[in-house]
Amino acid sequence: MATIPLEHSNREVPWRLPTRGMVAMTCLITAESSIFTIFVVAYLYYLGRDVQGPTPRQVLEVPIFYTVCLLSSSFFIWLAEHAIEHSKMTAFCLWWSITILLGLTFLFGTGMEWYKLSVHDHLTIRTNLFGTTYYSLVGLHASHVVVGLLLMCFTLIFAVSGGVGPQHAYRIKTLALYWHFVDAVWVVVFTVVYVVGR
Amino acid sequence: MGGESIPVGRGIEVGVERPARPTYLEVVHSWIVTVDHKKLGILYICNGLIFLLVAGVEAMMMRIQLFFPNNTFLSPFTYNRMFTMHGTTMVFLVGMPLLFGFGNYLVPLMIGARDMAFPRLNAFSFWISAFAGLLLYYSFIGGVGLSGTGSAPDVAWFAYAPLSERAFSPGHTVDYWTVSLLLSGIGSIGTAINILATVFCMRCKGMTLGKIPLLPWLYATLSFLILVAVSPLTACQMMLMVDRYLGGHFFDTQAGGSAILWAHFFWIFGHPEVYVLVLPAFAAANEIIPVFSRKAIFGYPAMVAASVGIGFISLGVWAHHMFTIGMTSFGNAFFTLSTMLVSIPTGIKTFNWLATMWGGKIRFELPMLFSIAFLFQWVIAGLTGIMLSVSAWNWQLHNSYFVVAHFHYVLVGAIVFMIFASFYYWYPKMTGRMLDDRLGKLHFWLMVIGFHMTFDVMHFPGLLGMPRQIYTYEPDRGWTLLNQIVTVGALIQAVAILIFVYNLVHSFFRGEEAGPDPWDAWTLEWATSSPPPAYNFAIDPEVASRRPLWDLKHPEDPDSAFE
Amino acid sequence: MESSPLLFRALYMDPHGTSIFTTFSTPGNEIRGLSFFVLAITGGIFLVVSALLIHVLVRYRARPDDDSEPPQVFGSLQIELSWTIIPILIIVVLFLSTARVLFSVQDAPKPKTALDVVVIGHQFWWEFRYPQFGVVTANELHLPLSTREAPRPAFIKLTSADVMHSFWIPELSGKTDVLPNRVNEMWIDPQSLGLFRGQCAQFCGTEHARMLLRVYVDTPEQFQQWIANQQRSQPELNGNGAGFGNENSASGAVRPVAAVSSAPNKVAGNTSGNQNEAKYGQFVFEHQACINCHTVSGTVASGRYGPDLTHLMSRETLAAGAAENNPQNLEKWIADPDNFKPGSLMPAMHLSDRDNAAIAAYLETLK
Repeated sequence: MATIPLEHSNREVPWRLPTRGMVAMTCLITAESSIFTIFVVAYLYYLGRDVQGPTPRQVLEVPIFYTVCLLSSSFFIWLAEHAIEHSKMTAFCLWWSITILLGLTFLFGTGMEWYKLSVHDHLTIRTNLFGTTYYSLVGLHASHVVVGLLLMCFTLIFAVSGGVGPQHAYRIKTLALYWHFVDAVWVVVFTVVYVVGR
Repeated sequence: MGGESIPVGRGIEVGVERPARPTYLEVVHSWIVTVDHKKLGILYICNGLIFLLVAGVEAMMMRIQLFFPNNTFLSPFTYNRMFTMHGTTMVFLVGMPLLFGFGNYLVPLMIGARDMAFPRLNAFSFWISAFAGLLLYYSFIGGVGLSGTGSAPDVAWFAYAPLSERAFSPGHTVDYWTVSLLLSGIGSIGTAINILATVFCMRCKGMTLGKIPLLPWLYATLSFLILVAVSPLTACQMMLMVDRYLGGHFFDTQAGGSAILWAHFFWIFGHPEVYVLVLPAFAAANEIIPVFSRKAIFGYPAMVAASVGIGFISLGVWAHHMFTIGMTSFGNAFFTLSTMLVSIPTGIKTFNWLATMWGGKIRFELPMLFSIAFLFQWVIAGLTGIMLSVSAWNWQLHNSYFVVAHFHYVLVGAIVFMIFASFYYWYPKMTGRMLDDRLGKLHFWLMVIGFHMTFDVMHFPGLLGMPRQIYTYEPDRGWTLLNQIVTVGALIQAVAILIFVYNLVHSFFRGEEAGPDPWDAWTLEWATSSPPPAYNFAIDPEVASRRPLWDLKHPEDPDSAFE
Repeated sequence: MESSPLLFRALYMDPHGTSIFTTFSTPGNEIRGLSFFVLAITGGIFLVVSALLIHVLVRYRARPDDDSEPPQVFGSLQIELSWTIIPILIIVVLFLSTARVLFSVQDAPKPKTALDVVVIGHQFWWEFRYPQFGVVTANELHLPLSTREAPRPAFIKLTSADVMHSFWIPELSGKTDVLPNRVNEMWIDPQSLGLFRGQCAQFCGTEHARMLLRVYVDTPEQFQQWIANQQRSQPELNGNGAGFGNENSASGAVRPVAAVSSAPNKVAGNTSGNQNEAKYGQFVFEHQACINCHTVSGTVASGRYGPDLTHLMSRETLAAGAAENNPQNLEKWIADPDNFKPGSLMPAMHLSDRDNAAIAAYLETLK
């Protein structure tokens, strides 16, 4: 078996391939976007088709404050990414914690809203089409927030105990991409549920 | 598994390992905890084969029931479970595992990688899929169900709402269907992510995307389809669960819900899914036909564009399963056009295969025999597909045996035939042994005869008005003799497949030694021993063309001079 | 009138088959013409490609002693363009011819002479209503002949009371799905007399296979006769709670209004013994759960869950085609529907043989 002089390899162009983590996270985001799209389509399709029960206009209040919290958390996580890339671990922990806090605030807001809707407005998932599609869509998003927060809490614990360093910047960016996705989904859900739907 | 490697590019391999014989328990343990893509590939393939036999039994039960009109071999309760399970099993527990099995095994080898991008995710995906299969089949014994005939799903493989809602399926049949497919879907999405990450991020040096073999290209395309299309199934199963368990109303027509929404969501999944199933058949044809015609694939860039194009177009044709559901004439026209458009890249691929064979030196070995049958049958399947895309004609053909004949022509005539071809082609690589040629030829001819006896004839009851998914039929419709011929053909195919399974087992112990490259092929997997060592390549290969081994074997006429 | 069931039966000795290629109505004919055109084109493509394949296999097979490799050809833009452009042209032709038929059938205007029919799918039977005549019946649809000189197409609205079904009479037209919470529309103009058959074409549960359809295409006069018969209501045989020991029987408490307007129904060919049997049968019918599901117009029975039985004897089959409508089958069906259709939603009421026979005798009076 002779070996062949491979002329093409003589050029010293580095062989660069995309990173696995980013490709995988992008794929996951693609799949999740597809799931959310179906729930959004169901929500939009059923607007106005209820035969009874509360309607969006009657019971929904626009959650401006909590939306601001969630969307600004994207800014803070970006600050955290920036910090770890520049090896500023304390700054990283600070911005990371703020991100988590903002996410928790958002979840708290969702919880308050659901409490009001189910107890005061008697809107549950089984009340009518609006109830079913609303709780499913917002709940699906909230579950993604929960997963993101869990991962971020683990990361924070590892960071505080010294297990996370600048060499893990790439993994942090991958997780941050997930969090940016969650925020982007909220922009869509917010528009569909609180703007278009009302 | 130790072995030698053949040098590729720069580098000489000297390592030869011969470990001590492991104990039985150690072997079983190594298979259970493995993260090696080759072992997982074989596990997927075995999983798929076992369920192929089970679903085949379900098919034979149905064919026996349909042998006579008003037959009493199966009750309607049992029959309805048979066709639901047959369809669900074949798509999710046979088709997907087999395609993932071959993909897992071959993609890293073909791109010169050591393993998939995420070996542990790979193992997780396999085991969750395997568990999903067990859960689905547990339904047969998990309780007597409402009619005393068990809780296996009985709402057809597409589980149309509101039949699948609690109001009309109060037992647990739909629950088994929903949960096991949800789990299987998670496994599929995991493997799709893995394949995409592998193809994009793990290629060996010199292997630009324009130089990867067509099989990884098609697997990347189908993985993208899985990401975008299996997710809608996951979504509508979640919605069905909300309806069934939490009292939701997604598909509750009493509360204003919509049955048509389920149909849309399901087929947004369902149509790309069948392209996910067929793209591996194309992938295998892309590898096998050139090797046995002794010519490079004709029009590689067009093949890539056509395959990716098929993937994208397939996302926009789903409502051709719904021409009778009451869409507007504009909607029907749109989906007629989009469906017909798929035939253009498909035609390109078919003609490119013919052009590959043109001017070649065709060797009629078993992989090629199955590929030739595939080509012929694929053309017919595509043409009956065109007939079905004509929405007005579809109003007669929909939900009749014509449709059943069409999709079995694709699933069996194209996909299963290419699965057989893949087996004959790559089994030597996986096991180091050749499959027996005489048994193989017997398998081939019996399959061809049985397949055509069944599925050519099956078109006619459809044209004569026989709907599908019926456990019996009236004697005075003129369907009886046709059904009987179909059943006999099914029996012949069953015999063929049993011969094949025997061949697989027998050749594992007694087959002729294969060597690293029994077919004189050109892609990187043939540059390893048979079976390959755990690490695949001792030194990362470096390639300069689409056919690295051709370059090695024909230094006077390397592809790299042309590409 | 008394012999109308026999009259109908005699006309339909030779029912039509169910081939999509022998059609007797404009939608069916249009589809058939289109299908022949498409078959011709696809058949041509099949012949060309198969011929190419066979030629390649024969001409370019490897010769036994030849080990050399053939010249490697990697592609050709012109050739590839040709087999891209030609299929595009074929698609354009196919699409335009499809669109023409599609729009002409689906968007056909409704003429003033059209007959309105409402089809409601149930698990596992068909309800038919004629809103222009106030007629409700089940499983066997009657339509008037429609000719070019005297067009009388039936414009049909379809919906479902439960799950998805599909209405398919192959020799009259393509199928239309029948969905809950949605009304679909189709039309047929039957151009030949006779009995056309079909069945439900969307899996709807256990007895989907036995949800058959019969469409009787009558002359306009026969159709009017049939309508008039269907419009009659049936009397309360037991009058004002007389007999059988129940002073406060339900049949006495309600005075059906329609009984006044309908022609008196002669129970055909009966002796007073039969008539007593029928009276007792109606008594059982109205005191068991039967009336919760079934309607007999003119009586207290006004259930809507099961088929309307007012003119059961004007139908040739029972249970949506599962059995021929004769006295023995009727009694077997009443005793236990699982005899003919296991999985049907009508329960076996576990009445005595005497009661079953009596109910059958009563139903036999519903002509």
